Formats: sequence, structure tokens, C-alpha cells
Amino acid sequence: MNVLEVERLSVAYGAIPAVEEVSLAVPEGGLVTVIGPNGAGKSTLLNAIMGVLPSRGAIRFDGAALGAAGIEARVERGMALVPEKRELFATMTVADNLLLGGFRFRRQAGGELERVYALFPRLKERRAQQAGTLSGGERQMLAMGRALMAKPRLLMLDEPSLGLAPLIVRDIFRIIADLRATGVAILLVEQNARAALQVADRGYVLETGRVTLEGDAGALAGDSRIVEMYLGAG
Amino acid sequence: MDSTIVAILVQDGIVNGAIYALLALSLVLVFAVTRVVFVPQGEFVAYGALTYAALDSGSTPGSLWLLCALGALAFVAGVIRRGPVLRLAVTSLVLPAVVTGLTLWLAPLKPGVAVNAALALAIVTPMAPYIYRIGFQPLAEASVLVLLIAAVAVHLVLAGLGLVFFGPEGSRATAFADFSLSLGDLTLPGQALWILGLTAALMAGLYGFFGFTLLGKALRATAVNRLGARLVGIATAQSGGIAFALAGAIGALSGILVVPLTTVYYDSGFVIGLKGFTAAIIAGMGSYPGAVLAALAVGVLESFSSFWASAFKEVIVFTAIIPVLLWRSLRHVTLEDEEE
Ligand SMILES: Nc1ncnc2c1ncn2[C@@H]1O[C@H](COP(=O)(O)OP(=O)(O)OP(=O)(O)O)[C@@H](O)[C@H]1O
Ligand SMILES: [Mg+2]
Repeated sequence: MNVLEVERLSVAYGAIPAVEEVSLAVPEGGLVTVIGPNGAGKSTLLNAIMGVLPSRGAIRFDGAALGAAGIEARVERGMALVPEKRELFATMTVADNLLLGGFRFRRQAGGELERVYALFPRLKERRAQQAGTLSGGERQMLAMGRALMAKPRLLMLDEPSLGLAPLIVRDIFRIIADLRATGVAILLVEQNARAALQVADRGYVLETGRVTLEGDAGALAGDSRIVEMYLGAG
Repeated sequence: MDSTIVAILVQDGIVNGAIYALLALSLVLVFAVTRVVFVPQGEFVAYGALTYAALDSGSTPGSLWLLCALGALAFVAGVIRRGPVLRLAVTSLVLPAVVTGLTLWLAPLKPGVAVNAALALAIVTPMAPYIYRIGFQPLAEASVLVLLIAAVAVHLVLAGLGLVFFGPEGSRATAFADFSLSLGDLTLPGQALWILGLTAALMAGLYGFFGFTLLGKALRATAVNRLGARLVGIATAQSGGIAFALAGAIGALSGILVVPLTTVYYDSGFVIGLKGFTAAIIAGMGSYPGAVLAALAVGVLESFSSFWASAFKEVIVFTAIIPVLLWRSLRHVTLEDEEE
């Protein structure tokens, strides 16, 4: 059973196409990654799935077509996006950012908050600090924590390792693996192909808006074209 | 000029400044949440004042029919945009009907200050979210300039409708209470105390709402990062409606507080609103405490200039904005479209 099914999705900025006829699926509790170079259309794809951008084609969540559902309706159904630019509430505290993450689910917010703090102890230490003053790694943790407050069934992460030091990138990927173990399905967009293919079950390669390769993460990691283009000689 | 006169002028200035402060706060709020420069705020002051004055004299205010008409339009606009019909019907058809029924029943009984004020608020406040739904929600993605033009249009329409529903004559209401407080040479009239007290209470209420409630935080979140707010499931159209409702309520309340002090005409609100706007601009449209301080300064400046050069008092007040803007532009703190 797939949580998310995307069929022949196309997105354009005005007349300029950014994503063309992309199809992909994320199984329940699975971890699927989309890798590709700069400007391939990875962020555009996630934004369209979340309803931030209009698109053509079909998006099904839990088997039901999303059609013209707005972002709020998608959040309510259990979708969450951690965008590339994080989009935190910079002048508000860490605790308020998290609280607002559960805005649609205010009745259950208390228990979720403890769960998120357990996952990111750093956020608990910094809960009274303004989000805008956090370090890059902490901001990424806060963005992920805020998304988790809605208790999503599908978590979409747009380049969670962007701009982070290698040590912190390792932390983030460890957390992604932990999250996956809790049963939430994850759609992970990454440029760090090596790390992404290591945690994922399946991968898609997106190039200039089209899927050029797809398959088991392990097989992709061994594919000569991937090794050459994304994984370097090592 | 002796110290008594100075004290009286300062007191006058602070009382007027308190009203400007309320208006400035609502302008900053609406701009932060929706990027709309709320030009029609003055009309809400006039509507609140004239509606209260009509109720005070025991007659039915004409604005009641405007409320029903705007509600019906907002209902149609919401249905066209495929909103939830039941909720739309409750907020934009049932609510005005209930308010109309209550007013028609209570107005002839002259029910007293508190009931009249509550009725006037109930009649004028919902107009603001209706106007948001009709005119501004479809423009949510438009630039600040387009929103400003729409706001000016709404201001002109509301001023015209004010003439239709209230007529060209001015109105004045009786004071809330017949008492005054003497402090040495200085007498504080009861109405001034009402204004200061309610302003302070309202500010404390707003502080609590934005600081401690989830809904208040959601409004702030919308102002800080619109995309972030949408991603956590905050409906920005709803935030906009709430911001407009708060602004409408603050405008109407200001009018209710002012109308026992001075005669208000259908078009008096604009200049009052403009002074709140001056204060908001001086504070850079961004800071709530800054807007309050600037509004008090505007009030005091106004009362001193009306003492020294009463013919020029408006000129002096509005000219005060120029050095501030110059200073701001020199410091490159410009007001711009915050969207990247
Ligand atoms: N708002 C926009 N208006 C016009 N074109 C855009 C817009 N956003 C993105 N594009 C274009 O669409 C294409 C895909 O961009 P997108 O951001 O989806 O790429 P990406 O794969 O996420 O890249 P990166 O790895 O650098 O984040 C690019 O050519 C980009 O220039
Ligand atoms: Mg991207």
C-alpha cells in the first residue's frame, strides 16, 4: 500500500516547465529519495505535492486523489513538508514554533511536544530562544520538529543537509533513520546522494525536470552512471 | 503660558493620542498580517461613532442595513470561492440577522451606555472581515501597491456609503458618565478617564492575545513568515479575516469613545485615522510599542499646535512625518514588499 502516489505530474513557472511527467510512489513507512543536480526541479516537485505550487497530473494520498485541496487540507490529512529554506518563524521562540507546528491538532499538542523534545534534546535546551538566532543545524532540527508536531504520515524533507557541517549532516541522517523507524513515510530530496541512498529503500534520479533513473537504493548506489555523476571516484 | 495650560494641553494630547495609538496598533497589525495598508480605518471610526450616537438618541442606525448587505455579499463571495456553505451562512447571514433583531428590539428602549456600545460594536465590527472576504482575499498574492489601491477604493466607497446611511449632519452622543476627577488645578473629565482606561485595558488584552493564545501566535506567525504559516496549516485567509475584525472593532470602539467629546460627521474618520497612520509610519509600520509612543507624541504635538497656531494644527501634525521619513530613508530602513 502506498501513502503517496504521484502520476505524470507536471509543473511550470509561467511558460517554462520545471517538472515534466514525473511519476513516483512512497510506500507506507518507506523511505524514498529523489536525487539530482541543482535546478533539476526537486524542490518544485515537493512544493507541488504539498500544494504550494499548482500542477497538472494526479497526486493521491492514501489512495484518495488530492485534486485542488489546499495546503491546510493536506496538512490535516497527514502531509508535512520541511522546505529547503526552512521558513521558520524567526522572531518567535523555539517553543512557539513547535506549538504552531501542531496548530491543526491543538488538542493532542502536549504529548507530541514531549516526543519532539525527546528526539531533539537540543531544542528543549533552546526552547526559550528566538528561532532566528539558532545555528544552521538547530534550525534544521526545529524545522523537522515543527513538521513532526502535526504527526504526519508522510514527511517530505527538502535537502535537510543543505549548508550543514559534515558532523551535523551525520546527526541529521541518523535522526532521519530513527524517524523512519517510528513508522512515518519519508520522501527525501537530497544532493548528498551517497548519504541519501544509504538510508533510503528506493531512489529516483531527477534531471532537468524528468526522472531518468529509478530503482532500489542499493542498486542505484552501485549503478555506474550514478557513481560517475554523483558519488565521485570514491 | 503657565504650567496649568501646559498640563491641560498635555492631558488633551494624551487623551487624543490614546485614540491614535489604538488606530496605529490596528494599522500595524493589519499590515503585518495581510500587507494591506488599512486606509478605510477612519470610516470604521466614523461608523462606530455615528452608530453609537444614533443608538444613544434612541433611533435605529442606518449602518444596520449596510451590515446586512455586506454580509450577503460576503456570503456570495465565499460561496463562489467554494467555501464551507454552512459556516459562511452562520457568519455572514445569521449573525447580521441576529444583530438586526436585537437592535430593532433594544434601540427604542434606550438601554444605556454598555448595551449601546456593545450593539454599535456588533453592527460595525463584522463589516471589516466581510470587506476582507469580498475585496482583499482574492488579492492575497497581489503586490503591496495593488492592495493599497484596493484599500483606497474601499475607503472612498465606505465614505460615500456613510453619507447615504448617516446623512450629512454631524452627531454627538452624551458622555458615558457624569463625573470628573480633580487633581489640584487639573480636572480630568469622566470621558477622558474612560478613554485612557479602555485604551490601556485593550492594549493589555491585545498583548495577552498575541503573547499567550495559539490563535494570537498564529496571527503573528502569518506576519513573520506567510509560507511557514501555510505549511503548518494556518489558513492565511482566516488570519486576514481575524486581523480585519480586530481592526474593525478597534476602529469602531475609538469612534464610540470619541463621539461624546466632539461632533462626528460621516467623513470625520479619515483625518482621525490619518493621525493613527502618521504614528504607525513614524514607527516604521513594524513596532507595536513604537506605534503607541509615536501616537502619544502625535496627540501632544497636535494639542500644542492647536493652542499656538490652531489654523495650522493639521499641517503641523502631518508635516512631522517628513523629517522622520527623511531620517529613515537616510538610514536605509525602507518599507518594501517583503516577498523575495
Ligand atoms: N519561482 C520560480 N520562478 C521561475 N523559475 C523557477 C522558480 N523556482 C524555480 N525555478 C526554476 O525551476 C527549475 C527547478 O528549480 P528547483 O528549485 O525545483 O530545483 P532543485 O532541483 O530544487 O535545485 P537545488 O538542488 O538547487 O535546490 C530551475 O531551473 C529554477 O531556475
Ligand atoms: Mg531545491
